[in-house]
Amino acid sequence: MTGSLLRLYIAGDSTSSRRAEQNLDRLRALLKTDTWTVEVIDVLANPERAEQAAILATPTLSYEHSGRARRIVGDLSDTKRVLEFLGIEPKGGGA
Amino acid sequence: MTSQDIDATDVLERVKTGVKAFDDLVMGGLPRARTTVVGGTPGCGKTVFATQFLAYGITTYGEHGVLVTFEEPPRDIEANMRGFGWDLGKWRRDGALAFVDASPSASDELVIGDFDLAGLLARIQHAVKTVGAKRVVLDSLTQLFDHFIGDPKILRRELFHISTALKKMGLTVLMTAERNSEYGEITRHRLEEFVADNVVILRNVLHREKRRRTIEVLKMRGSHHAEGEAPFTLLAHQGMVAIPLSSLRLEQQSSMVRVTSGNPAIDEMCGGGFFRDSVTLVSGATGTGKTLLVTNFLAGGVAAGEKAILFGYEESKGQLFRNASGWGVDFARMEEEGKLKIICLYPEAQGLPDHLLTIQSLVDEFQPNRIAVDSLSALERIAPDTGFREFLISLTSFIKKREIAGLCTATSKSLIGGESVSEQHISTLTDSIILLRYIQEQEAMHRGLIVLKMRGSEHAKEIRRFSIDSKGMHLGEPFKDAPNVFTGPDSEYLR
Repeated sequence: MTGSLLRLYIAGDSTSSRRAEQNLDRLRALLKTDTWTVEVIDVLANPERAEQAAILATPTLSYEHSGRARRIVGDLSDTKRVLEFLGIEPKGGGA
Repeated sequence: MTSQDIDATDVLERVKTGVKAFDDLVMGGLPRARTTVVGGTPGCGKTVFATQFLAYGITTYGEHGVLVTFEEPPRDIEANMRGFGWDLGKWRRDGALAFVDASPSASDELVIGDFDLAGLLARIQHAVKTVGAKRVVLDSLTQLFDHFIGDPKILRRELFHISTALKKMGLTVLMTAERNSEYGEITRHRLEEFVADNVVILRNVLHREKRRRTIEVLKMRGSHHAEGEAPFTLLAHQGMVAIPLSSLRLEQQSSMVRVTSGNPAIDEMCGGGFFRDSVTLVSGATGTGKTLLVTNFLAGGVAAGEKAILFGYEESKGQLFRNASGWGVDFARMEEEGKLKIICLYPEAQGLPDHLLTIQSLVDEFQPNRIAVDSLSALERIAPDTGFREFLISLTSFIKKREIAGLCTATSKSLIGGESVSEQHISTLTDSIILLRYIQEQEAMHRGLIVLKMRGSEHAKEIRRFSIDSKGMHLGEPFKDAPNVFTGPDSEYLR
């Protein structure tokens, strides 16, 4: 799982975008991993990045692992479902 | 320019869509800096209409456009629209058009928690700035709803936000949405209620085995619009062409110039010939000589130095030529000399709106002085009632506007007397009516001709006997004790 890249597309400081950032920080703390690279992209400042990635909704978390890209739209409020969807097991056991 | 500035003006500035008859319906075009929802069932022509709106802006007004596509990827749209004569790829490369590709992607996606469509809005605004767009199309919103199927409330809120933001930029926005049925709720998910200033409905109804496409303006906030459905058709190299109906007014000039019917005796009965910009109906049972009257009408015009055009829907060109030569008229030579044009079409080959457009474009191209249509009954066969009536109104007013002489035929169903449905429809629309009837006299069957109506002129009232031979039609003496040429036995009309 080393070298995984997560991209979080947000829209300025909208409520849901801020919440998504907070939830993602919590997630990283939970997973106790430093090997992940997280890039936060503000579509208001960089619309061409949103265009490249064909983003419709914000916030969108994009997990660019091997194979198909996986995306989660929303504020990532449900940690368990986020992890399930990404196929990541939290270190130290049971989901 | 903000939306407030625009609202302050009394008359909304109009943005022409390129569908002329539609622009007439909405008093010149769609209001600028407003959102219009175009609803319709799948296959009704929404994407064509929306693309034409962009294409017309680019080619005619230099107004650049942005096409946000939720269904097909841009390359598919470029390919699909090429047939209508729109080179979207070239406009894209020239910087006149930008796509925002929001078509379904291959990635897995899950929605967890609240979200907004700021990503989409940012992309649209970026595209608008890149090409300096004035017109924006979102095609279709329904696909977007299907994408975020679990969250219709969020989408309504977000679409309202997008619509407002684009209007504030002074953009004229056209959004398409799908309908489940032709007559029923306006759009799936009731989109129009929260985003649209204006609502337009496209229909594609199957009636008596014929497709009938119409466009209707349902709502136009803050301005007038004509009511009713206008028929339209989709044509190669042109796109959507609507046919104006309700906007038609009786504005034709009335000319007192007479032209020959091609038969001196009939001219005399009509008080000196047909009027130049009038439409005459010839009605009669099969074999009474309608096509002969048409032939005389064409030949008489050509002999007087005019150009004539015939649209035949019953017989092939070969048959018409043979008939004509049987009466001593050489159609082939007239065509060679460029004095005559004969077009034979199967009525079933296309819908009535397309027939009308064919007639109009050929008349505009050939510039004839007279036109004949043989027969209206054949065309009536293929159309639902209202469609045929609309066709007749459009055809007759077109002929009069061009100030050319028209002759149409209708076949009555019964051999003796009787009237055809065409007669009922057309009798008020035509200026003159000539009836050809079989009339029984003692033991023999004769043919009789009567000029029933001649608007703005005196005409003979008697029923004239006539015969047909290799020289054509010969009118003889009036019948003395003619039976009623109409259905009712006690009609006093012809006494």
